[in-house]
Amino acid sequence: MMRIAAAVLATVLSVAGYADGQENRARRVAMPTVKIENGDACVAPTGEMRRDHMTFLLHQRDRTVHEGFRAPRFSLKNCVDCHADRETGSVLGKDGFCASCHSYASVKIDCFECHTPLRKTATARSTSPAGNAR
Amino acid sequence: MSLDRRQFLAWGTAAAGAALAPGLRLVELAQARSPQEAASKLQRWGLLIDITKCTDCDVCVSACHEENGVSGHGRPETDAQWIRTVKLRDKRTGYAQSLPLMCQHCAHPPCVDVCPTGASFKRDDGIVLVDKHSCIGCRYCVMACPYGARSFVHETVSGQKADVPRGKGTVESCTLCVHRVDRGETPACVQACNQDGGKAMVFGDLNDTSAEIHRRLRSAPSSQVRADLALNTGVRYQGL
Repeated sequence: MMRIAAAVLATVLSVAGYADGQENRARRVAMPTVKIENGDACVAPTGEMRRDHMTFLLHQRDRTVHEGFRAPRFSLKNCVDCHADRETGSVLGKDGFCASCHSYASVKIDCFECHTPLRKTATARSTSPAGNAR
Repeated sequence: MSLDRRQFLAWGTAAAGAALAPGLRLVELAQARSPQEAASKLQRWGLLIDITKCTDCDVCVSACHEENGVSGHGRPETDAQWIRTVKLRDKRTGYAQSLPLMCQHCAHPPCVDVCPTGASFKRDDGIVLVDKHSCIGCRYCVMACPYGARSFVHETVSGQKADVPRGKGTVESCTLCVHRVDRGETPACVQACNQDGGKAMVFGDLNDTSAEIHRRLRSAPSSQVRADLALNTGVRYQGL
């Protein structure tokens, strides 16, 4: 009887230990900081933006450079103006809107090797053509 | 009811006019476009520089580099240069002139011919640009340009302007301030020259017969730098 009880106890303990290890491991992975400075008024629904923002940017990029199409809706400048961090004014850095998610997803983007990651002016947010709730 | 020939023609013309009038123009007019519209072949942007009014200042150069965030590292051999002043001196008479020289926005640009990736291109309205997304930094265009107008970015860039992305490993040159032109403004060099310089530069649409640049080119002789190459430049000079 004692033997069976010891076996059960050992099993329970090892399962608990395993689960605890998994939790620790999950905690070790830094989750992205999705800090949305300007809540619910993006240029498209959040789900769509999460899935397809890169496609939107890519298409508008070519039209802007080659045809001079400068509508603000999917322009990178418009993204930065809204989503730059309030303190740093940037979308990069540890908690930056672009950088934190991309480093979590292990995506290396090179937009900001040429484009500025900084919001243009402090007042850009209120004059942003996307139309904000603020 | 009987119609005579003259009356028939008058009515016919009026009817045709009424049918055509709403929303249809037989000849499209060139006008400022909205941000949603693509650049149009109806326009060809150009510059006219009157060398006789060009003083020894470098207002255009500093305005350009300020507007486009072009800053050097104190290494003139490799620093980017979008516009520069060139001094010409007649060896026999000693007569000296100085002129600003930048991308001449050719109608037949050699830089576009040699680009292996299609990064160097001419926009429909005549502005010659580099698409840095597809530029691989091979510098063929730098060698092909007879005006030495293109620069290669050798070092990591920071502090770019929001409208003018610049990055290491790509080629760049005067964009005719395309971001300002798309907003309906004139290039920074022209604005600065007319404010603080010798009022030597005029910017406008070479196809627009009512534009000042067209009027000036029509009424006085002008020249292209290296006209022998038949590149049909968008930048023209007077008094050269």
